[in-house]
Amino acid sequence: MSRSQSSRHGRTERLASISKGRFVPLALASSLAVFCLVLPPHAATAWAADGKVAAVNIDNFTFTPPVLTIAVGTTVTWTNRDDIPHTVVENDRNFRSAAIDTDEQFSHKFNTPGEINYFCSLHPHMTGKIVVKP
Amino acid sequence: MQNHDDDPSDGLSRRHALECMIWAGTGVLWTMAGGVPTSRIIGEAQAAETQGFSFLQVSDSHVGFNKPANPDALATLKEAVSKIKGLAHKPSFMIHTGDITHLSKDKEFDDAAQVLSTTGLEGYYVPGEHDVIDEGRGKSYLARYGTKHTRGAGWTSFDQNGVHFIGLVNVLNLKAGGLGNLGDEQLAWLAADLKGRSKSTPIVVFAHVPLWTIYPKWGWGTDDGAKALAMLKPFGSVTVLNGHIHQIVQKVEGNMTFHTARSTAFPQPKPGKAKSPGPMKVPAEDLRKFLGLTTVNYVQSSKPLAVVDQTLAAI
Repeated sequence: MSRSQSSRHGRTERLASISKGRFVPLALASSLAVFCLVLPPHAATAWAADGKVAAVNIDNFTFTPPVLTIAVGTTVTWTNRDDIPHTVVENDRNFRSAAIDTDEQFSHKFNTPGEINYFCSLHPHMTGKIVVKP
Repeated sequence: MQNHDDDPSDGLSRRHALECMIWAGTGVLWTMAGGVPTSRIIGEAQAAETQGFSFLQVSDSHVGFNKPANPDALATLKEAVSKIKGLAHKPSFMIHTGDITHLSKDKEFDDAAQVLSTTGLEGYYVPGEHDVIDEGRGKSYLARYGTKHTRGAGWTSFDQNGVHFIGLVNVLNLKAGGLGNLGDEQLAWLAADLKGRSKSTPIVVFAHVPLWTIYPKWGWGTDDGAKALAMLKPFGSVTVLNGHIHQIVQKVEGNMTFHTARSTAFPQPKPGKAKSPGPMKVPAEDLRKFLGLTTVNYVQSSKPLAVVDQTLAAI
């Protein structure tokens, strides 16, 4: 717990440093992770396993990528690019978002390994999967 | 058996009539006389001459929607209400087949109710999926439209002028990969509601998502809709009115007539004609040709049920 807390805290500090234009020497993988976080939303892409954050885009009534593999403890953020609201609902209703309107986001942290199937409760033909690796 | 869709007895087969109606945006008068459906292209004035009672179907007002396809859905709903107030033959009441609001917000419900109240018509409502995305997942809708006559998520039935109306809710408890859903509790209620009714009672069923399968890839259908339709099939005249797809699709099967209405907010593409069923952008000056209202005329003496669509564009 303390390890992930301190890395989150550390990441926030590094973020603040970068936004003020100062370079903070870091391990290469961590600095890459932070750099991706400050990109504008439409440049975010789904990426897996390495960092503690990942992204899914909702575009044309489709979750992209439809299957996302992440490490346990990762937070996934869904961003809605459609002109219509969508929702993210776990198939057995273990978690669900509020309505996500255009350019709004929903995040959920996955703390348990396994396969999580979800869908949009407004448009149930829209389905996706998160594969959480230990 | 002759396929009535291609019957050219009017000099214009129904299939062609439907095509003409969709392209030109004028009215189509459906009548059923002696159980045989026929259709003709008509103007609004001719429709007004029809005797008997009529009611209105309004659908998919999406109050709160403000994206490029229509920057002001509340404004186009107000225009629709002006059309209603200008009808030559005042309807007896209106039904709304759902997606009253866009995001189930309190202000959206309030604005919609305020505008629709200016029609001076009694209204019967069923929710669309956009009306049940509040935190209580339908509680905001029921707070406004639940009555002593509604059950469950808001299904209901009532009688007007000898016609039995049934409002169904098929937008809750949806399953991943599925379509619309009625659920066992509602189906049991429907069976009980129909039990003992004379088969010559004309029935009108209204629900948000089409009760029959139009395009499953886009969710245009109801998983257990066939169970409801099977219960309705024995009746002599059944009209199924739906919304959700923001365009008119119609068919007649035996004694059952199916009709989906235009939206008063924005159009959606025809099945498979776009990547997804999202709001379809059209030139601003053409928007109103794609938005509309439906009047259903019921004439008791010869038992026809005429469905007339009109757009918000000036005729």
